Amino acid sequence: MFKDIFRKPKYVTIQSAPVQKRSPTDESTLDPMISKKALPNGLWVKCPKCGEVLFNKVLEKNARVCTKCEHHFRISARGRLALLVDENSFQEWDTEILSLDPLVFPSYEGKLMEAKEKSGLSEAVLTGYAHICGIPCVIAFNEADFMMGSMGSVVGEKIARAIERAIDQSLPVVIFSNSGGARMQEGILSLYQMAKTSAALGRLAENNLLFISVLTDPTFGGVTASYASLGDILIAEPNALIGFTGPRVIKQTMKQELPVGAQTAEFNQMHGLIDLIVGRVEMRSVLARLLRYHQEGAQYGATI
Amino acid sequence: MVQLFDFEKPIEELIRKITELQKFSADKKIDLSQEIAILEKRTALLKMEIYGSLEPWQKVQIARHQERPNFYDYIPLLFEDFIELKGDRHFADDRSIVGGIALFNETPVTVVAHVKGKDTKENISRNFGMPHPEGYRKALRLMDQAEKFGRPIMTFIDTPGAACDLAAEERGQGEAIARCLMAMSGYHVPVLNIIIGEGGSGGALALGVGNVVLMFENSFYSVIAPESCASILWKDTTKAKEAATALKLTAQDLQRLGIVDEIVREPLGGAHKNLRQAADELSQVIAKYLACLCQETREVLREKRYQKLRAIGVYQQIIEKSLGISGDL
Repeated sequence: MFKDIFRKPKYVTIQSAPVQKRSPTDESTLDPMISKKALPNGLWVKCPKCGEVLFNKVLEKNARVCTKCEHHFRISARGRLALLVDENSFQEWDTEILSLDPLVFPSYEGKLMEAKEKSGLSEAVLTGYAHICGIPCVIAFNEADFMMGSMGSVVGEKIARAIERAIDQSLPVVIFSNSGGARMQEGILSLYQMAKTSAALGRLAENNLLFISVLTDPTFGGVTASYASLGDILIAEPNALIGFTGPRVIKQTMKQELPVGAQTAEFNQMHGLIDLIVGRVEMRSVLARLLRYHQEGAQYGATI
Repeated sequence: MVQLFDFEKPIEELIRKITELQKFSADKKIDLSQEIAILEKRTALLKMEIYGSLEPWQKVQIARHQERPNFYDYIPLLFEDFIELKGDRHFADDRSIVGGIALFNETPVTVVAHVKGKDTKENISRNFGMPHPEGYRKALRLMDQAEKFGRPIMTFIDTPGAACDLAAEERGQGEAIARCLMAMSGYHVPVLNIIIGEGGSGGALALGVGNVVLMFENSFYSVIAPESCASILWKDTTKAKEAATALKLTAQDLQRLGIVDEIVREPLGGAHKNLRQAADELSQVIAKYLACLCQETREVLREKRYQKLRAIGVYQQIIEKSLGISGDL
């Protein structure tokens, strides 16, 4: 019976795309363009994980999560914002802070212009005040379409200001990180944004204010090594790649092949590095519950 | 065999000639002292010329020189005593970060330092100065201890970067570094960071959050290794020289950018040419800053450090001008 199958290969050629196991060694999964290229104009899109052909509208409706295999497609900062916060509750902050080119770094100005055009944002992070299920909080989202969400002076400053305002107004902070790390084009200034954001979070912690860090695909380098790892609660999206050194660099410098599944959210959770893996569709309700349990009046003794 | 760079070869050539002449004059009993004196003068001038105008990439090379003094070389010259304390209490003792209690001008201080090896064997045991998470957690433990007992903290930075392998990922390299950054920004004791060699990215910054950042003139400090930067920019690691210039990673650049407070002078050609002289210079500068910092109150130390970090960065802020105020009325 099986022999017959092998003899007639034409029967198997009509299968849709083969199942692609996502592994961190597969460089294409780190390419920020992958979802973009497939998506912008087409009516439908093929899931890179299970091969299912999805209608764009259906995908958008499902928070850009594959309806068959729950693969999380990349999503813009504004897209996330719309999914998470109460309608009309968002007040954006610090849109007037813009990057300069302090090092006069080769082709940086051009890259900034491109990034602005591509992302429709003024910088690689969106910060502001919002409500999630009626609970006020300070919220920030990295934008991967802006130079891979990299942190330069502006991203560091916007995040630090947002945290400081949270302290002033006694609000919890939720940051969605999505970044390749510190922005090379601003050199040492980018590196010290790691210290700046971490210092601000230190103050937030001293004020007993909650910080929930949500790590999304991908979060690496200087962002993992600063604010993204300093949450009271660390949440990751399923299958998101999270780490310090990118898989390609590990491969090149250490000549070390990473095992399949390394640096995924699940790998990080198994190694005790994150609390929760939460799908995008459930994210709002999980955040709302966590925020509620930390609201004033929820503490022991508060009502006595 | 002393490691010699291409740009040092003309100097070496002159020195060789002088030695030859000296030998010749001794052998043949001919007085060549005048010729030798001329050559020596020329050597001195050439040294000034070459070492006085080093390009960024040349400084990177000196900072990575295999004989560049490491933390262990400075210990006996800077401190009267040093008691090494080991381990992160969770996993292991990382040999690429060394720490302990030392006596600096009779003041007990906590010191934490990256240490690279001097030879292949030592380098393997120290992972070429690239710490794993346990290294940063040891550093954090020792610095927390300093905070508890009110001791000033001195960190010595000399690393190509944090370890970048699977083990580091499994044990949370990012978190380990981030914890150091947050803790150091909040201490109430004086924190001095001294860059003595390579300042490689996040792995260096993890020990780089302080009230004062000092830097040897031939060390460098960068967000990314010049080779990696060249590979990203031009897909060509051999253009590291151009990348080193673009990254603005020298002590002079960093002082201009507001990161480094004072540049510590090195003997001509680099600290390895005269360790004692380098250590003396460093000792004086540390003493000066430590004395200043020790006069500040605990809260002021902390606040000033925070404000220093907050001020780092260059950006433009468009301020909306209300009509009527702008322009001459």
